[in-house]
Amino acid sequence: MNAIYDFSILTGGIHEWLSGLMSPTAVMITEMVIIGTLLIVFVALMGLVLVLAERKVAAFFQLRLGPNRVGPWGSLQTLADFLKLLTKELITTKSADKFLYNLAPFIVMLTPFLALGVIPFAPGLQIMDMNIGVFFITAVSSMGVLGILIGGWASNNKYSLIGGMRSAAMVVSYELSVTLAIMTMVIMTESLSLSEIVASQSDGWWIIKGHIPALIAFLLYLTASTAETNRGPFDLAEAESELTAGFHTEYGGIKFAFFFLSEFVNMLVVASIATILFFGGWMPFHLPFEWAVGFNHIMDFIPGIVWGFGKVTFVIFLMMWFRWTFPRLRIDQILNLEWKYLLPMNLVNFLLMALIALSGFYL
Amino acid sequence: MSTIIAYFKGIGQGLNTLWTGMKVTGYYFFHARKEIITMQYPDNRDTLKIPERFRGRVVMLHDQNNEHACNGCTMCEMACPNGSIKIITDKILNPETGKVVRIIDKHIYHFSMCTLCNLCVQACPSNALAMDNSYENSVYDRSELTFVLNQPGSKIRDNVKD
Amino acid sequence: MQAELISKDGTQEYFVNMGPQHPSTHGVLRLVLTLDGEIIQRVEPHIGYVHRSIEKMAEFDTYKQIIHLTDRMDYLSAHMNNEAVALLVENALQIEVSDRVKVIRTIMSELTRLASHQLWWGVMGMDMGAITTFLYAFRDREMINDIMEETTGARLTMNYNTPGGVMFDLHPSFQKQVKEFIKIFKTKLPEYDELLSGNIIFTERTKGIGKLSLADAISFGVTGPSGRASGFACDVRKTNPYSAYDRVNFNEILLVEGDAYARYKARIFEMWESISIIDQLIDNIPEGAIMAPMKAIVKLPKGEFYQRVETARGELGVFVVSDGNKTPYRVKFRSPGFSNLSVLDHISRGHKIADLVAIMSTLDLVIPDIDR
Ligand code: SF4
Ligand code: SF4
Repeated sequence: MNAIYDFSILTGGIHEWLSGLMSPTAVMITEMVIIGTLLIVFVALMGLVLVLAERKVAAFFQLRLGPNRVGPWGSLQTLADFLKLLTKELITTKSADKFLYNLAPFIVMLTPFLALGVIPFAPGLQIMDMNIGVFFITAVSSMGVLGILIGGWASNNKYSLIGGMRSAAMVVSYELSVTLAIMTMVIMTESLSLSEIVASQSDGWWIIKGHIPALIAFLLYLTASTAETNRGPFDLAEAESELTAGFHTEYGGIKFAFFFLSEFVNMLVVASIATILFFGGWMPFHLPFEWAVGFNHIMDFIPGIVWGFGKVTFVIFLMMWFRWTFPRLRIDQILNLEWKYLLPMNLVNFLLMALIALSGFYL
Repeated sequence: MSTIIAYFKGIGQGLNTLWTGMKVTGYYFFHARKEIITMQYPDNRDTLKIPERFRGRVVMLHDQNNEHACNGCTMCEMACPNGSIKIITDKILNPETGKVVRIIDKHIYHFSMCTLCNLCVQACPSNALAMDNSYENSVYDRSELTFVLNQPGSKIRDNVKD
Repeated sequence: MQAELISKDGTQEYFVNMGPQHPSTHGVLRLVLTLDGEIIQRVEPHIGYVHRSIEKMAEFDTYKQIIHLTDRMDYLSAHMNNEAVALLVENALQIEVSDRVKVIRTIMSELTRLASHQLWWGVMGMDMGAITTFLYAFRDREMINDIMEETTGARLTMNYNTPGGVMFDLHPSFQKQVKEFIKIFKTKLPEYDELLSGNIIFTERTKGIGKLSLADAISFGVTGPSGRASGFACDVRKTNPYSAYDRVNFNEILLVEGDAYARYKARIFEMWESISIIDQLIDNIPEGAIMAPMKAIVKLPKGEFYQRVETARGELGVFVVSDGNKTPYRVKFRSPGFSNLSVLDHISRGHKIADLVAIMSTLDLVIPDIDR
C-alpha cells in the first residue's frame, strides 16, 4: 500500500514527541484529551456540513436553491443556525421528568461518538483499532434508541410518547437485519476488526468480490440502517405530519440540536460502516485482474482519505435520495417489511454467503 | 411454489416502483441548473414582471396638470363591501356659472381594510380610480395604511360631468 | 367517568388533540382523537376556529359584494364559489349571459379545479412524508396562477365573476398561455403517477384505507371526487349543467372502491378530464359581450333561490332568501367541506394515526370552507 498517505506516520510522530516530554501515564491522558477534543470538533463539523449538504441536496431534488444567503453558496447557514440554537433559552417543560428529560439528548449524542471511535477513515486515521470493532459498533449503535425512548417518555407529551414507542418497536427489529447483513459480510472478511476488513479488500471491494449475496446484503443493510437512523421513509418517530415532531416535540434550543445532529452523525456512522464492509473503506478502486495493474496503480495515487470520504458521501447521498423521494411507511408496514421481507431474505442470504465462502468461489 | 414466486414478484415490482420514483427526483437533481423554479425575490425586483392588471392597491389617476376625474359622487364608497373608502366633499361656488358645485375634499382610502376586490374601480362613473401594481406595501404602523387618494392641490378635470 | 375509561384489561383510552395547530390538519381544525395505542377509536372534529360569519355578513352586502366574500370560503376554488353566486343572481333575474362569458367561466373553473387538485396532490404527498411532491405541485400550479393573474389581476381571491358576466375581458395572451400550460402539464402529470400513484409505499398506505360505501357517501352527503370515488354520481356539471358544461364532452369519474386510493385516483383522473375540457374550449371562445346589461343596483325578486355548482371539493350550494331588497334576507352556503368532514369519524375508526392523516388528505378539506 502506498505509504505516503498513511496517517500513522503523523500520529506516531506526535506520540513519540509526547513520550519524550512526559511519563507514559501523562502521555496517555494528554492523547486522550487531544483525541477527545478532535472528535468533538470533527463531529460538530461533520454535523454542520451534513446538515448543509442535506438541505442543499433536498433543495435540488425539490427544484429549489436551498440556503444561499449566509456566506458564499449558503455555506455558513448551518453555522448561523447552530449559533442561534446555542443562544436559545433552555426550556424544561413543567410536567417533564426533569432528570431523564435532560439526559436523553446526551445519550442520543453519545452513541455516534462511541461508534466513530473505531471507524478507520483513512490509513492510520482510526482512534482505536479494536479486534472486535464490528461487534462493538453493533452493540453501541443500539443505544441511541434508548435516548429516543427516554426523551419520548420523559417529555410527558402524548405525541412524544407515541414517537418514542414507534422508534423502539422499529429499531429493535431493524437491529436484527443490520447485524445479519453485517454478519453476512463478516463471513467473507473472516475478521471482526474494521481495519482488517479494510485490508482484506486491497485487491477488490467485497461488493464486487462477493457476488450477488454481497449486493443483496448491501441493499438490505442500506434499508435497515436507514430505518435504524430514523430517517425517511422510516422517520416514524418524528413523522412531522402525524406527530408534529415526534419524540423531540418538547425539546428546544441546543437539546433539540443534539437530537438533530445525532441523526446526521448516525448517518455518517452508518455510511462509514457500509463503506468499510462493501466498498473497501479507504481502499482505492482495484480490479482483481492481471491486466489491470496499471489501472490499479493510478488509483493508488488518490489519497485514502479521499476514497474513504468519497464513498461515505456516496452512501449518504443514496440515503438522502430515498428520503426526498419516498412517502413514509406506516408502523405496521415497517414491522412487516422487517419480519416478512428483510429478515428472511437476510437469513437466506447469510446461508448463500456461507456456501460461497465454503466453496471458495469468490475472487 | 406459486406463493414463493408471488412473494419475489411482489418484491421485484415494489422495487421497480420505488426506482421509478427515484428516477423522477434523480432527473431533477441532476438537471437542477435548468429546472430550478424558485425566484430570488428581493434580488430580482428589477426583472420581476407584474401583470398590468395586477391589483396592488387603489389609486386615483392624476394627469400631468395634477388633475383627476373624481367629482365626489360617493359611488365608490357605496360599492365598497368593507367600508374602506370615505369621501369628504366640499361645496364651492363656481365663479363663472354662479352655481354651487360639489367637489371632492378628501378621498380617504383605508388600505388596511381593503380586500382588493376591484368593485370601487368598476363603480366609479368617471373612471377616476384604478388599481396600481405595487406589491411591497407593508409598513410599521397601521395609520400609514390610510391614504388620501386625491393629491394635495389637485383639482377636478374640466370635462368631467357632474 | 374515570371508571368507564379503563377497560377490562386495565388499559386506558388515550386522548390526543390533533390541532388546531397541527401540520396535517391544514388550517385550524381540531380533532380530538380517542386512541387505543395507535388505533383510532373515535375522531371528534371541533370546528369554528376560522368562523368569520360569512353568511351573516352576506346579509348586509349587495349581491355584487357577496361574491368577494365567497372567495374566502374555499379559497382554492374561488372562481367556482364566485360563479355560484353570480349564477344564482342571473337565474333569479332571468338574465341571459353571452356565450363568451359562459365559456370563459368554464375554462376558468377548470383551471381553478386543476390548480386546486395540484395543490391537493402536493399536500397529499407531504402528508404521507414525501415532501418533494409539494414543490413539484407548486411548480405546476404557479403556471395557472400566472395565467389567472394576467387576466383577473389576482392569483387566488380573484373576484372575477359579477352578476351578468365577468369583470374583465380575457387577456390577449390568455389563449396562448393556457395552451402552453396544457402542453407542459400533459408531460408533467404522468410524473405525478410515477412519484406517488405507482409507488408501492403509497399504494400500500392508501389501498383499503378509509373505505366509504356508496350508501354512506349518499347519507353523509359526501360529494365531489371523494363521493365519486365511492360510486356516487354527484357531479353537478353532469346532473345540472351550468355555464358551458352542456357543450363539452367529459367523463364523470366514477370509481367503486371508495377507499383512500380511489379518492386519490379520482382526483388524478379528474385532472385529465379538466385538461380535456379546456382543450375543447380554448380554441373556440365565441365573441360577445363580457357583461350582460344590468341595473346598477341588483335587486332580487321576493322569494327563495338555490344554485349549485361543482367546486373542486364537491357540490357547493347557495341558498338565498330575498325580500326584494338589494341585500338578501338570508344566505346559506352548503359547503362541500363540511359534509365531507362529517364522514371522517365514520371511516377512520379502527385505523391508525398515520391512516387518519391519509384519509384526511384524500378528503381534501379546506378549513375556511368548513367554518365559513
Ligand atoms: S378594492 Fe374593494 S375593498 Fe378595496 S376599496 Fe375598492 S371596493 Fe373597497
Ligand atoms: S372616485 Fe369615482 S366613484 Fe368615487 S367619488 Fe370619485 S367619482 Fe365618485
